[in-house]
Amino acid sequence: MRYMRLLIANLKRRKIRTILTAGSFAVALFLYGLLATLRSSFNQGVEIAGVDRLTIINKISLIMPLPLAYREQLKQISGVTAVTYANWFGGIYQDESNFFPQFAIDHETWITMFQEYTIPPEQLADFNRDKEGCIVGRKLLDRFGWKIGDRIPIQGTVYGGTWEFNIRGVYDGTRPDDDTSAFWFRFDYFDERRAFEHGTVGWYTVKLSNPDDAAAVAKEIDQRFANSASETTTQTEQAFASSFVKQMGNIELLLLSIGSVVFFTLLLVTGNTMAIAVRERVNELAVLKAIGYPGWLLLALVLAESLTLAIAGGGFGLLLAKLFTLGGDPTGGMLGSFRLQPMAMLYGAAMIVAVGIAAGLIPAVSAMRLRVVNALRRV
Amino acid sequence: MDRNNGQARNLSLIQARNLSKHYRRGDEDINVLHGLNLDVAQGDMVAFMGPSGSGKTTLLNLLGGLDLPTSGSISVAGDEITSMSGNKLTAWRARHVGFVFQMYNLIPVLTAFQNVELPLLLTRLSRAERRAHVETALSVVGLPNRMHHFPRQLSGGQEQRVAIARAIVADPTFLLCDEPTGDLDRKSAGEIIDLIEALVNEHGKTVLLVTHDPLIADRAHRVYHLDKGILIEGNGEEAHQ
Repeated sequence: MRYMRLLIANLKRRKIRTILTAGSFAVALFLYGLLATLRSSFNQGVEIAGVDRLTIINKISLIMPLPLAYREQLKQISGVTAVTYANWFGGIYQDESNFFPQFAIDHETWITMFQEYTIPPEQLADFNRDKEGCIVGRKLLDRFGWKIGDRIPIQGTVYGGTWEFNIRGVYDGTRPDDDTSAFWFRFDYFDERRAFEHGTVGWYTVKLSNPDDAAAVAKEIDQRFANSASETTTQTEQAFASSFVKQMGNIELLLLSIGSVVFFTLLLVTGNTMAIAVRERVNELAVLKAIGYPGWLLLALVLAESLTLAIAGGGFGLLLAKLFTLGGDPTGGMLGSFRLQPMAMLYGAAMIVAVGIAAGLIPAVSAMRLRVVNALRRV
Repeated sequence: MDRNNGQARNLSLIQARNLSKHYRRGDEDINVLHGLNLDVAQGDMVAFMGPSGSGKTTLLNLLGGLDLPTSGSISVAGDEITSMSGNKLTAWRARHVGFVFQMYNLIPVLTAFQNVELPLLLTRLSRAERRAHVETALSVVGLPNRMHHFPRQLSGGQEQRVAIARAIVADPTFLLCDEPTGDLDRKSAGEIIDLIEALVNEHGKTVLLVTHDPLIADRAHRVYHLDKGILIEGNGEEAHQ
């Protein structure tokens, strides 16, 4: 603490340079915060996917349907305790920019399969009674200011015509990252009204009695439907979610590449600033050493200066990123969850400290090793 | 005129024996000091004169523990400093030596008070004790009203006074002044040498100073002339007669 005044005075010596360097930290950490949030959003489904569920899709592609008749056969497979199914709808509500996912679900089995979502029993009963009923996620309800009882028209794209649904319930997630931006409606209504692909589903989800049997059960399912008109690919829900994310490209690699470039640049910028700061102060450091300041103390002072710059700028950037993400999904619903996770903030803090120390290390060591006689002769 | 007769007649605070310093610059061997002996008593004011490159600053650096001799020994108040390790020597400097430089070498972003406080940050003194010491030191140099001024707000003479306050604030055993008036006008130089003289006569400080100015050197108790690495008592003219 007793050297704090010296530290602050040195930082204030070249105010513009200090502000610009801290600013570059702030921008970099803000960017990191957003990238980490995006990564987490993309991987949200992977991270929260059930370990005891398998997803079965058509072997050719997710967009190819599977026969509804597979349901009974799936029930008979040893290790499978429940089966449900769904179909992607892909309609437009008012405007294309109002995107949100819509699924035709089996109303009798869907809710019991996904128990991480909660719906008040009376709302669920209303949904089961109304063929044109739908259940919407809390986030979606809030987004459009809907309320229970509202009639929602959705323009079909794949399945043409205007489809109208009555909001009968609202589902909530039990975990912070559960996606509550989806729109569920009844499969029986959907299957009746659509003009083609009757008696088919988009995918099945089965529940396992023992998650350890996932590989064996998946193999058995795929074998059961091998050489049929609709062969299957069965994978864990996590692997399915992960492959879904990968269809958008290698997000992880992209984010890692951008992040690495940003931090390497930051290291060079800050390292250069500290090197200039120390070079400008060689005379003063020599005087401090002459009057008895030990080398390790000069090393600590330079490192502390570099670290203070990093923490002030980086901390501000991270805080800004947190505040930005508190505002919620900026895409208006494309991302299920848009939250800067505590672990990502911790990584950010660790990076701030690492870059702060690394950037100050070489100048700090040169300050520590400074030969007073040579330094004073240079003046 | 005595050659190498810097040995004092009374009890010595500083003793240098057979002090030599050689540098190697490329293929050239530069002998800066040759087998020099020196004794400085407590409360002495000693001036070193000589042409540029004669080894005055090198001698001061050796006596202040900033550099090590090629051979010979220096003891200060019984401490043999030439055998000390780097860290020990640094701690020794903090305790025993006050430095005054020609260019003042104050830290421009700190006030006079904060500059003078710098040596005390290395001690265990409390904030209040440090404040008391700094105020005393600034009063001794006649700048009690300039405590919160930055160096750029002070004249050259005032800056050198602050540098002297920084040198004396931790009550060192002796002061080393390397051309303390070299960058000042005649009036300011006179005030600074008056101050240094007062530190010796009124506060019992031991001062070793390097100067080119014979008027400044005349104020010292003893004057040594350094030429080609050899120390001669008396000013240069006497030495060459």
